Amino acid sequence: MRRRDRTIIFFSLMGFFILVFIILPLVTMIGTTSPRSLLETMKDKEVIHAIWLSIYTAGLTTLIAFIFGVPLAYLLARYKFWGRSIIEGMIDIPIVIPHTVAGIALLSVFGKGFLLGKPLSYLGIKFVGAIPGIIIAMLFVSAPFLVDAGKEGFASVNPRLENVARTLGASHWRVFWQIVFPLASKSILSGAIMTWARAISEFGAVLILVYHPMIAPVLIYERFETYGLNYSRPVAVLLVLICLAVFIGLRAISRRGKE
Amino acid sequence: MIEVRRLCLNLKGFSLNQIDLKVNPQEYFVILGPTGCGKTVLLETIVGMYHPDQGEILIGGREVVGLPPEQRGIGFVYQDYALFPHMSVERNIGFGLKKAKSKIKKMADLLGISHLLHRYPESLSGGEQQKVALGRTLVREPRALLLDEPLSALDPNSRESTRGELKSLHGRLGLTTVHVTHDFEEALFLGDRIGVMNEGRILQVGSPEEVFRRPNCEFVAGFVGVKNLFRGRVSHHDGIERVNLGELSIDVVTQKRGEVYVTVRPEDILLSERPIKSSARNNFKGEITNIMDKGPLVQIDVDVGKPFSVLITKRTFDEMKLKPGMSAYIFFKTASVHII
Repeated sequence: MRRRDRTIIFFSLMGFFILVFIILPLVTMIGTTSPRSLLETMKDKEVIHAIWLSIYTAGLTTLIAFIFGVPLAYLLARYKFWGRSIIEGMIDIPIVIPHTVAGIALLSVFGKGFLLGKPLSYLGIKFVGAIPGIIIAMLFVSAPFLVDAGKEGFASVNPRLENVARTLGASHWRVFWQIVFPLASKSILSGAIMTWARAISEFGAVLILVYHPMIAPVLIYERFETYGLNYSRPVAVLLVLICLAVFIGLRAISRRGKE
Repeated sequence: MIEVRRLCLNLKGFSLNQIDLKVNPQEYFVILGPTGCGKTVLLETIVGMYHPDQGEILIGGREVVGLPPEQRGIGFVYQDYALFPHMSVERNIGFGLKKAKSKIKKMADLLGISHLLHRYPESLSGGEQQKVALGRTLVREPRALLLDEPLSALDPNSRESTRGELKSLHGRLGLTTVHVTHDFEEALFLGDRIGVMNEGRILQVGSPEEVFRRPNCEFVAGFVGVKNLFRGRVSHHDGIERVNLGELSIDVVTQKRGEVYVTVRPEDILLSERPIKSSARNNFKGEITNIMDKGPLVQIDVDVGKPFSVLITKRTFDEMKLKPGMSAYIFFKTASVHII
């Protein structure tokens, strides 16, 4: 900057406040938790079980969102068809509705004796109070991230590459896997990371459907309600640290993929 | 080889209107038209990217409208080459092959890009990318080759050399080729026949001379609008280059050999009633056949064995009192002769 630019100074100041607002609570929470209580928490079987349950249900959720979301993302990115913008709007609904509402909505389809809950219960698949319930709650709120990121990724692949590949004798299926998907994979991966992160942080929708078995956010809530801040905080810190580690790890992988 | 009958297609922004086209085996056919006239869409439809609303497309006598692009056996090269950015040159060329290695090598040798096989598209120059795109297509031995503005993304220097390479490649392989461009020099240089296209229609088809010399409508005339275009053969005698046009031959400066097109701009030609001494090497006597008012200028057509058009100002015209049937002399410098 050649001269003091007042606009830049003002904007930096405003930006600084929001940054502090985000970082301060996290840092304080981590900083005020003693290493000893953290170590004790790591030995707590209930805590480890809940965190592990969170991680792997969020992983399964991401996998399911990938399997069903990527094809939809491709169609939305490539083809103009009647109702496309309606579908695009609907996909993003879960992002804007309160998560307890999402839980209620899911319950009225997957609950015992309801539309899908009933027939599936005959097959031995239970949602309320069971792992499938956790996954559908996570899926409902997190799938939009994968679809949106995938759509963006596919839209950024020049359709001419597909056209040319077809003239070189490749079927549409082969063109998708050898040309389009690899080129969009960076976007899809970052969408998958967002989906996973969103799934693991879900509380409201899961709580409505599944209290037990407990995922980490529910456990933190329960400990806070019954024992107070000091008992819930180490669990929260542990969850945050593990999530950050996974998050940074995946980011590093996706960045290496870029190079 | 490629035959298009009454082809219609309506897209947002583009439409093809009753296209009739016949490209003969081994022919180099150029579709010439302004940007946005539907040339690319026409190629994409022939190759199978779009399903026409109406009409037929025959390749080697067989109807292909119902076939997906991968079953049509036509090679296609886009203006921007559309190389696969995540694949090396070798994998790009081998994409359409089953047993690749030896064929890739041969094709790379043919195009002179063997040293690039392990590079990635983003590190290649425009000309190199174009060769890779060509190689990727040709290695599959397609029945015909469609080229969408293949030279327009190149810088002017490599454009001219690549133009020559395209011509010699076509000479060696004899592959039926359809080449789309908005550049009339390209069309003249490469095309066995030319089709002029505008607003989704093919307006005129013919040999370059026919189309350029006898445009059948105002658009074609305005778009290709070259006067004084002649085909001839370059000969060299005692360091003097001449182009023999049949009825007469003109002095030129050129490195080119063999069959060429010659153009002289009408405003570069001098007109006089009597022979005069000047530095211009080309002077011919002829007869005025036609006089046309062109606003501030007047076009005088003079037959000197070949029909030449000359542009002069209205004032000069009035002073010279020219009339059809009068004899006249035309003069132009060798430097004014443009050779394609």
